[in-house]
Amino acid sequence: MEKVIIHYATAGTLESSDAFVTVEPHDDNGLEIAIDSVVQNQFGEQIYKAVQEVLDEQGIVSARVSVVDRGALDCVIRARVETAVLRGKGDME
Amino acid sequence: MRRSMLFLPGNTPNIIVNGEILGADSVILDLEDAVAPAEKDSARILVRNALKYMGFGKCEVIVRINSIDTPEWKKDLDTIIPQKPGMIMPPKVSCADDVKQIDAYITELEEKLGLENNSVGLIPLIETALGIENAFQIASASKRVRAIFLGGEDLTADLRCKRTKEGNEIHYARCRMVCAARAANVDVYDTPFTDVNDDEGLYTDAQYAKSLGFTGKAAISPRHVKGINEVFSPTKQDIDYAYEVMETIRFAKEQGKGAVALRGKMIDAPIVMRAEQTIAMAEALGMGRSV
Repeated sequence: MEKVIIHYATAGTLESSDAFVTVEPHDDNGLEIAIDSVVQNQFGEQIYKAVQEVLDEQGIVSARVSVVDRGALDCVIRARVETAVLRGKGDME
Repeated sequence: MRRSMLFLPGNTPNIIVNGEILGADSVILDLEDAVAPAEKDSARILVRNALKYMGFGKCEVIVRINSIDTPEWKKDLDTIIPQKPGMIMPPKVSCADDVKQIDAYITELEEKLGLENNSVGLIPLIETALGIENAFQIASASKRVRAIFLGGEDLTADLRCKRTKEGNEIHYARCRMVCAARAANVDVYDTPFTDVNDDEGLYTDAQYAKSLGFTGKAAISPRHVKGINEVFSPTKQDIDYAYEVMETIRFAKEQGKGAVALRGKMIDAPIVMRAEQTIAMAEALGMGRSV
């Protein structure tokens, strides 16, 4: 079932090796993903892909997602995105 | 082989990612006391991903779940068991029924996931007066129980006494835990030494625990790992003596002798058993004899 973010939610921290993720409603405007990473040039695309995969797994079709990465491993970023999504999501009406 | 078990907070990536290199034989990824109530969901997902994607090398990974008097423990197991953790540590276990309840739920999950039955072990954390009195029943409540672990901080709160460095207040509990574990043929782990800056105190406390029969000891700081590993490893003298015992026994058998002595002391079955244990541990640690 397709899901949307129904309220603002966050997960993670700004500590080293972690990521701080926010999700918020984006009406019916699809997905908007913003990434700010200390390793943007080298891993920006990989991070974007990881975020998108988690959103797909969770069935999210509309959300505004922000990731501030502090050198987190891929599995940490995935965990933080999933947590934020689970905290903020609801069924699409 | 598990001499040291190091607690790592389950919601702190910069500590978890270094888990493998901190020197402990096991790390305990903690979903209980080290995680704030509002972050339980976050820690669960992070620990699940750590198990799924990260390598911990030779370091064993144990997950401490929340206690069965909270709504969190089943969610913890639902999330963690699919990643096939070697060991789960349930806290505040006070009786055999607590273990059986956890065992039954893990069995249900193993069957649902098509995992081998009893593949996940348990190290119940015993930290109440009732738990200490029921230690043998807890240790023998399920085939999953591989060891029991004494939690001194909560225990002293339950005993309504002060926790001290000397540890006289938990002496009875330590002895009872060791006896219960050995009677049930499982390992037994001592409570952490909580003064992170007192290295000498750590050595004294660990040596005392070893002298009572504990298999190893937990730590809340990486700084204590080296000391614990040292104390719970056999010494060169222990290893040399163990080899001498085994050679003497072999020689006696070849000569057809029934009773045999080494350095003026009779070698009987318990001495041989201890020598075998020492050699097995030395081999696991890659320690050879010096002569």
